[in-house]
Amino acid sequence: MLLQTLLPLAEALPAPQSMAEETHGLEVGQHFYWHLGPLNLHGQIFLSSWILIGALLVMVIAGTRQMKRKPLGLQNLLEFLWDYIRNLSREQIGEAAYRDWMPFIGTLFLFIFFCNWGGALVPWRLVRLPSGELGAPTADINTTVAMALLVSLAYFYAGLSRKGLRYFEYYVEPTPIMLPFKIVEDFTKPLSLSFRLFGNILADELTVSVLVLLVPLFVPLPMMLLGLFTSAIQALIFATLAAYYIGEAVHEEHA
Amino acid sequence: MESLIPAASVVAAGLAVGLGAIGPGIGQGTAAGGAVEGIARQPEAEGKIRGTLLLSLAFMEALTIYGLVVALVLLFANPFS
Repeated sequence: MLLQTLLPLAEALPAPQSMAEETHGLEVGQHFYWHLGPLNLHGQIFLSSWILIGALLVMVIAGTRQMKRKPLGLQNLLEFLWDYIRNLSREQIGEAAYRDWMPFIGTLFLFIFFCNWGGALVPWRLVRLPSGELGAPTADINTTVAMALLVSLAYFYAGLSRKGLRYFEYYVEPTPIMLPFKIVEDFTKPLSLSFRLFGNILADELTVSVLVLLVPLFVPLPMMLLGLFTSAIQALIFATLAAYYIGEAVHEEHA
Repeated sequence: MESLIPAASVVAAGLAVGLGAIGPGIGQGTAAGGAVEGIARQPEAEGKIRGTLLLSLAFMEALTIYGLVVALVLLFANPFS
């Protein structure tokens, strides 16, 4: 149901050409379409996310190839990240269950972080596409909705697999009056998760490109730095909230 | 009549961001004030307070961003034009 309400939003994007043509350099809603049967895929998102996933894989594999007792260089960085993600998930999910969910949280965090920073730091403009442009994959609503729905599935699975049907006690926990709110919450959680990430990253890209349009040199730099900062925080927020939702689902009231 | 929808959409987009920025602005001010007070009272807790403050500021900022998303939809993906 959520997808049906959101997908028209993404699909309706290419329709108005006039606005995008007037403002040169602002390419919102223009996509490099791949046609796969009845589906229209946004090709530029796939290309940039494959490149970024590849970079992430190379980094992780190279860093864990020859591990030493005294970590140096890349291994040191990866161990720091591992520590960071472990602390984050342990804080939110709790001692009992965090081990099962740490890989998921870590993957989300690293993927979003790489997408956000990759979209800002990699000079994608050098590659010309027939239409649309390469950029941060998280600046497309389909990517963020997919990840938010994965989080929804994850916390339902976490709750159901850990508590069985007792999981649904959570919906009537303090009083049964809370039931409608808790049900609505299940829909607003992925909605706010996806919109928050999408809006922040797209807003960063837009402000930078508007500034570049006005003053091409030096003036956009502080805005770009602010963008790097906010996109790192957004990755942290997405991971923290995902962990918090999972923690809420596996939480034992009387333990 | 043709130009009514674009005009209304642009006005609505401006209002969506502008009005949406009021509430989070007040909230962020309150939160930052509280954090400064906390640091002044207990300077050794600065690191922890800063982390929490940044996280909560980003949450508040998300509210304006929702307005921005609505504005962008109105400008670039208007369902009525």
